[in-house]
Amino acid sequence: MTTDTTTKTPEAATVPPPGAAPGTTRAARGHRRLLTRRDRITLAFMAGVPTVLHVALVWVTALASILLAFTTWDGIGFDSIQWVGLENFEQLFSDNPQFWPAVQHNVIWFAALILVPTPFGLFLAVQLDKRIRFSRVYQTAFFLPVVISMACIGFVWQLVYNPDTGLINSVVGANEPGHYIDWIGDPHLNLWAVLVAASWRHTGYMMILYLAGLKSVDPSLREASALDGANEWQSFRHVVFPTLRPTNTVVLVVTIIEALRAFDLVFVFNKGAQGTELLSILVTNNIIGESSRIGYGSAIAVVLLVISLAVIIPYLVATFRKERRS
Amino acid sequence: MSAPTVALRRRAPLRPARVLLHVFLAVTALAWLAPLLWAVFSALRPYSETSAKGYVSWPDKLSLDNFTHAYQQSDMTHYFVNTLVIAVPAVLVTLFLSSCVAFYVSRFDFRVNLALLLVFTAGNLLPQQVIITPLYRMYLLTDLPGITASGKLYDSALGLVLIHVAFQSGFCAFVLSNYMRSLPHELTEAALVDGASVWRLYWQITLPLCKPAMAALATLLSIWIYNDFFWALVLISTGENMPITSALNNLSGQYFTDPNLVAAGALLTAVPTLVVYFALQRQFVSGLTLGSNKG
Repeated sequence: MTTDTTTKTPEAATVPPPGAAPGTTRAARGHRRLLTRRDRITLAFMAGVPTVLHVALVWVTALASILLAFTTWDGIGFDSIQWVGLENFEQLFSDNPQFWPAVQHNVIWFAALILVPTPFGLFLAVQLDKRIRFSRVYQTAFFLPVVISMACIGFVWQLVYNPDTGLINSVVGANEPGHYIDWIGDPHLNLWAVLVAASWRHTGYMMILYLAGLKSVDPSLREASALDGANEWQSFRHVVFPTLRPTNTVVLVVTIIEALRAFDLVFVFNKGAQGTELLSILVTNNIIGESSRIGYGSAIAVVLLVISLAVIIPYLVATFRKERRS
Repeated sequence: MSAPTVALRRRAPLRPARVLLHVFLAVTALAWLAPLLWAVFSALRPYSETSAKGYVSWPDKLSLDNFTHAYQQSDMTHYFVNTLVIAVPAVLVTLFLSSCVAFYVSRFDFRVNLALLLVFTAGNLLPQQVIITPLYRMYLLTDLPGITASGKLYDSALGLVLIHVAFQSGFCAFVLSNYMRSLPHELTEAALVDGASVWRLYWQITLPLCKPAMAALATLLSIWIYNDFFWALVLISTGENMPITSALNNLSGQYFTDPNLVAAGALLTAVPTLVVYFALQRQFVSGLTLGSNKG
């Protein structure tokens, strides 16, 4: 860390760059010069302890997932780890009857969230942003599902979907033998049933993100477009929506991550039985299930990791680049 | 006399649209609450009545019996205490450590700043299942005789606190460093010139100014950690040691086939989050959007 800053110092001293950034760099150098030995030790701990903890538990384990994916291991002694190359992946891609359905369901999960609750959340946000009465009350209602745990949501929706006693079947009269609609067990229905519950929650989340985004839209823009004779839809389409670009990026990333993370709801709902397999469920079943195969489970995790990083890294790089510029 | 009529007339065409909007929002909001209200309604009715009359029927008797039964039958106090033992240290340590990192990157080292924040934030965005297999093995292999009841990191509150802290500090460090960077630099500069130690700069000058952000994050973290289901499901093996949200999964089995009791049990676990949410709604929402607005 120290070498980094010392190499940078001469440039900063010889070429005083314009703008607001040099003020902060100079302040930082000023800060550094005044430090005593004890201060430096304090600082090393302040930055070091959290970093070590985070890296050890999150990044080292992610890396271990990658390495273990190419091995078999019984988990007992380190010397029983055996390199098997791509064998785990070959088995996963060609022999596992649950893998491709799981990938497909994760994709459907994302598509469903981005196509239905996300636009609906945006729609609600636009309506609630109109300085309307009781806006707070409506917001609370839509946002309530986001606060409750996914596990609890799973139980609540089971009460709605239960073939015998559930709300839907009771209302449509399908709760008698011979007429059952099995929302939870039928592999053609259960994914959609659980997606309704997931969308129910996602809408409120998206609404809050868009409400925050809309608050930062310059009101004079809207006034100008109203003066120019644009109707509500036109001014939303051509004036408000384009300025929501940063929010849209966040929404897209959040939705992809949510689709990859989806787990609790499905696990409570039907343990990820046929019809609702997800990558996250396969990884977990491989640990808490009867036959735990470490290398194989890691291979599934690597698939998840690759997809996630393909989304996370470009997003963060763009975010931080923008921030450095400002 | 003409002025008010003009004003009225100008407002008049807006009115039906507004009424329609209110009707739409009210109906949608009710529909949104319907699953929860249905759960409350089921939980309030005795099993004998619903099994005789069906669930969609006029209630003869509404009582809180199911709630008290669900609570006592599964000894929920025990599981709420488990959650407290995990969540309170986890929230405090996460806030402390992430504010330390944020203080460092926002005040002292701008080169490391971006790299460090990138590592923390990216780590926080990973799906938990990516790291769970090695983490599970690591927890099983870490012997801590005498420190945890299980003698390992596995199946212990300590293990859960550590992973919560490691995982959540990513988001908090990101939010707090953005917040601290908006504080004037002269503040700490002047104190340093006066000979204040770095620790004082952090503890007595910077932290008090971060109270709003810390309050928002504390609210958010409490709810997130309380709601955690996955970490405890995998990293805790003894049902007795589970925090309430994960324990619910086992408890629902104890209630056998009484859906009214399951409804009551599930709703009880939601009560603390709802209390926190209603009491600290503003903190919660501002915390949620603090991170995203910057992005």
